[in-house]
Amino acid sequence: MELRKSYFADQRKDDLHEIGQPRPRSDSPGHVTGKTTYFADRNFPGMLHLKMVRSPHHHARIRSIDTSEAEKHPGVVKVLTAKDVPHNVYTILILIQIGPEDETVLADGKVRWKGEAVVAVLAETERAAQEAAAKVKVDYEVLPAVFDMEEALKPDAPIVNEYHGRNYYLYDSGECRKVRFGDVEAGFATADHVLEQTYQSSPIEHAPTETTGCIVAPEGNDRFTCYTNTQAMFFTLDNASIILQMPGNKLHFVGGTVGGGFGGKVDVIVEPIAILGAKLTGRPVCFVYSREEEMQISSPRAAEKVVIKDGVMNDGRIVARKVTGYTDAGAYSRHSPYGAQKGAGHYPGPYTIPNVWIDTYCVYTNRTPSSAMRGFGVTIGDFALEVQMDKLARLIGMDPLEFRFINAYRDGDMKAHRQPTEGAALIECMQEASRAANWPVAEKFMTMSSYAKGA
Amino acid sequence: MAIRRGRGVAAINYPTGMNLGGDPTQALVHSTPTGNFMVTLSSVDLGQGMKQIMAQICAETIGVPTDRVVVDTADTDTGPHCMGTFASRGTHRAGNAVIQAAREARQVMLEVAAEELEVNASDLETDGEGNILVKGAPQRSISIFDVALSAHFKRGRSISGRGMFLIPRSYPEKETGAMKPSTCYAHACTVAEVEVDDETGEVTVLTVKNVFEIGRALNPKMVEQQLVGGSWMGISHALYETTEPYYPNRDHGGTDFNQYLMPGPGDLAQTEIIVLERPSADGPYGAKGPGEMCANPQIPAVANAVFDAVGVRIDTLPITPERILRALKAQAPN
Repeated sequence: MELRKSYFADQRKDDLHEIGQPRPRSDSPGHVTGKTTYFADRNFPGMLHLKMVRSPHHHARIRSIDTSEAEKHPGVVKVLTAKDVPHNVYTILILIQIGPEDETVLADGKVRWKGEAVVAVLAETERAAQEAAAKVKVDYEVLPAVFDMEEALKPDAPIVNEYHGRNYYLYDSGECRKVRFGDVEAGFATADHVLEQTYQSSPIEHAPTETTGCIVAPEGNDRFTCYTNTQAMFFTLDNASIILQMPGNKLHFVGGTVGGGFGGKVDVIVEPIAILGAKLTGRPVCFVYSREEEMQISSPRAAEKVVIKDGVMNDGRIVARKVTGYTDAGAYSRHSPYGAQKGAGHYPGPYTIPNVWIDTYCVYTNRTPSSAMRGFGVTIGDFALEVQMDKLARLIGMDPLEFRFINAYRDGDMKAHRQPTEGAALIECMQEASRAANWPVAEKFMTMSSYAKGA
Repeated sequence: MAIRRGRGVAAINYPTGMNLGGDPTQALVHSTPTGNFMVTLSSVDLGQGMKQIMAQICAETIGVPTDRVVVDTADTDTGPHCMGTFASRGTHRAGNAVIQAAREARQVMLEVAAEELEVNASDLETDGEGNILVKGAPQRSISIFDVALSAHFKRGRSISGRGMFLIPRSYPEKETGAMKPSTCYAHACTVAEVEVDDETGEVTVLTVKNVFEIGRALNPKMVEQQLVGGSWMGISHALYETTEPYYPNRDHGGTDFNQYLMPGPGDLAQTEIIVLERPSADGPYGAKGPGEMCANPQIPAVANAVFDAVGVRIDTLPITPERILRALKAQAPN
């Protein structure tokens, strides 16, 4: 790695003692010698293991659940169903007033995705819990499922989630988050070329080294200590408090070094049910995802569809950009309404375009709920935007890097969401990339600056 | 049939912190009797090294070496509220809270030192090595060790401070979408060079040259580890990863690392990282959040390089050999 100190030197005082120093990490020796403690390194006498009975269907009504054989299985201590969960229907962003509550801790009457948790089995060993889970009998009536976002948005599509009553999230702005800036149709009318393209992604797994999990220990003082690898301590504690209808002061959450998160550990999934198990049995409870659960049950990055329509001039200026983004939330909201909205604030990318129209939709389908992941709401959008930029450059016969210089935002430029640009540095990154990659561009681009014109 | 070479470019920006703000983080700082400093948080270290960065920020602000600072975090009985470690917010939000707490503690420390040295606190400065000196007369000094002992046992002062950082929440205007998603943005430009085998559809990423602008590299070695890891993840997203290979068909999802493919050590591209620093107006010592954005530009850069190599556009991620071969077949004259 090289630090290029020549850029923005006038905005920086390099007079610090500790900041800017490549100090060795204090936690590295522990990591490389295996001494770092993770939540799963704790072991308590009498600890129970929790395994989930999961839906084999994408969409089904539950006619009945029979846990009698599972309860008789040797080693089983407790079997939990929806009626055991005090506040079973929840949503995590309710803490920042983003509802409605639309998800069940344990399925109640219906399952909406293949893998949804239906019954929790607590046993003396992992093996006993797994074997007993296989003995739980659930009678399902399979319902039609919808997997394609376009199909889900059709009026006659099966309703994925009755708590929404429609297969998209309803924002205060309506069926999508909107950004309107200038007159996009007038922009297309004046453009030398108009190009509309569709981009698509598929769900992606966070693949942390350490799978999602927690261990809960009941304390002598009527409190519960939850050792967890969540990325958000109080967010998880407060949501657990709501789900369990248990005062927050009864809960003590202890984290520590996490073996990779990437956004996959900000849903509140394992902690509430493990605390409930510890409360109802009076014994420590361990609930850790298997690798298969981490890959197919825990929330992935959402699949997205992005439609971009651009009007471009022969001289390289983009004069209008319309983006329609669809985020596949799966069966429940989790963080997806927030992610889709984040996309609306991110488009049209780091470029100054006078006419912009953005619609971003959060769509429900019968698949594993998606949620946050590194680059949430932006990563797939950037793929679409930057491939589109390449196509536009080639369409008008211009070098792709020079084309970006022409449209790059600079300090003071008004963004589509009506914030003036501050602290821009796209131009300088491209100048350095031009040098590093030996990708020459015209001299006028190498002397440009992100600072406001005339400043 | 041949191995064809191509290159592609992409340029991006990325917001720091939870979108639209409203995401608080608090910090507490106090001294031990012998002048070491404790930072207390409830933020989570995901393995990226957050504790180390918070220690350096606290040390810089108080004016002591980093090894005099201990970070206690991720315990809800002791640590004040942090919204969590996500959205490239850890360094920016918690770092600002630590600076505020450390400034308050530093002020008490200087007041105690001033009483010991019989000068005004405003006439004192730290040397960054554990001592407090009178400005312009450095021979008049006292160690922070002695200041802490004095505060605890003689003067009855608590060398401590409280810190809080909150960007007020922005609510998007319904019709126009007017909003403030973020207060600062990191930037990147990546050039990727690939080889595509037009017989097998396999892509080999030869080189990635990444230029990142991240506000301030608070610890350059740690910045490097995060940016190199992110660059690898971007390539992995571009060419390998999905839990639903035939989305929206729900079948064929991988359940372990034999089925869910990622590039191994033999597939690593030659990776170059160049860092620019344009300090952000509201970042701790100018830092922005580079944690997420560093994995984004490689994806379109690789996609554009594949087109440059073989002349087909794969607009669906991941760009698998199967998709490339199908596109080549569709393009070929019958």
